Amino acid sequence: MNYISEGFFQAIRLIVFMDEQTWSAVITTIRLTTLSMFFSLGIGIPLGFMLGYFDFPGRRGLRTIVDTMLALPTVVVGLLVYSFISNRGPLGQWRLLFTVQGMAIGQTILALPIVIALSASAVESLEERLRLTLRTLGASGVRMAVTCLYECRFALLVAAVTAYGRIVAEVGVSMMLGGNIKWHTRTITTAITLETGKGDFALGIALGLLLLLMSFALNAGLSCLKRREA
Amino acid sequence: MRKINMKKFGKIVVLFALVLIMSVFAASAGAAPVLRMATTTSTNDTGLLDYLAPILMTDKGIELQWVSVGTGAALEHGRNGDVDVVFTHDPEAEKAFVDGEFGVEPRQIMYNDFVVIGMPSDPAEVKGMAVNEALAAIASKSAPFVSRADRSGTNMAELRMWAAAGIGEPDRETWYIQAGQGMMQTIIMAGEREGYTLTDRGTYITYEANHGGNPPLVILVEGDESLRNQYSVIPVNPEKHGNVNFELAKSMSEWLASPKVQQDIANFRLEGKQLFFPNAE
Repeated sequence: MNYISEGFFQAIRLIVFMDEQTWSAVITTIRLTTLSMFFSLGIGIPLGFMLGYFDFPGRRGLRTIVDTMLALPTVVVGLLVYSFISNRGPLGQWRLLFTVQGMAIGQTILALPIVIALSASAVESLEERLRLTLRTLGASGVRMAVTCLYECRFALLVAAVTAYGRIVAEVGVSMMLGGNIKWHTRTITTAITLETGKGDFALGIALGLLLLLMSFALNAGLSCLKRREA
Repeated sequence: MRKINMKKFGKIVVLFALVLIMSVFAASAGAAPVLRMATTTSTNDTGLLDYLAPILMTDKGIELQWVSVGTGAALEHGRNGDVDVVFTHDPEAEKAFVDGEFGVEPRQIMYNDFVVIGMPSDPAEVKGMAVNEALAAIASKSAPFVSRADRSGTNMAELRMWAAAGIGEPDRETWYIQAGQGMMQTIIMAGEREGYTLTDRGTYITYEANHGGNPPLVILVEGDESLRNQYSVIPVNPEKHGNVNFELAKSMSEWLASPKVQQDIANFRLEGKQLFFPNAE
């Protein structure tokens, strides 16, 4: 039982006297999530806008597919991307397996449905009046998209935070595509898996608390920003 | 005024993100040559590789990066050419790997041994028996036995031992619990279910240390010839995969077999105990 309390004390020690190994896992986690968020937002928001704004045949079917992809298991994404970037796969010559970039591909695929679905919902919920006003003012296509997205920026923020939560907490993709290589592709979640595997539950709990603390810092920063702007 | 702040902040965030992203792509430039290895969980979890990797860096200037998975998965990484070298402990699967020309020049490096562990109360009374008799006793008493069931080297060795004991793979027996997990999780599961399991000695010593030298499960069967656990290193065949780094893999394999490193392996201690016994030729 004492490994639970020990975990809390170790978490405090770990955060106060950050050792090199933990620091490396923290940095890898930040690099990986930044890269994945960059691509999933960059690809997902435009697609979500199109899905939410335009009316075209097959739109509802497409939305159902995107909503289904929300339930994509991490290991399935991992396996799928693995077979593509493995040396034997079609993208093998780029040698992306067991690298942070390879992991980012998997996490981007994982986060994309969330970004697309939530930003499409955000755009859909905009008032019809806004669209008409913009059109009467003679706004061009790009200008109109930017204004629409700006109007629903808080909902987009929610999409980003949800996607971040999904990728920072996942372990299946990181383990399968990263391989948990020390100093290189070991993230906080794969380190937790490893420590649990080695039977060191206290260190696992400590790392889990550290991850929560990082997410807390990010969310606190965002909420601060939101309050100032609103 | 407020909007300007927001824009400024947005710019800073984007800049920060770009710097981070660029640092990811620039990270590997100008470093030591990297050797990729797939290996079994026991070499990693006992800390042997953490001990050997800096020595390899000093001696040869090679940076060792490894993924630790079960032997079956490690050989699969080798088959796919995703690693340059494999370091595993399943002689039969390794033979198939080399026969299939996926690997070349296999080399024995070291051995340790498996042990059968269980509750000190020992309900099937296997203490001190030979492995065959012990497994037969466990089966006839239907005492809980937790298996790795993950095609790892330990799991394959266990299955061969059941066959040698005259019992087929006890697949659907209620007392045979197939964990599908790593060695340490399997031991912990055996402890929770008050059952028996087969483990490599290194992981057991780690388990013993985690419980302050007073673990729920103790060694009951050991020292049998069939409990020997041989580790070998095999470079991946460069004719199958042109972009694997065969020269580095070969030089690492020779390095492991050199008298100095063999002595280093013998000197490796966990909780004051020697874990691996070098036997390269």
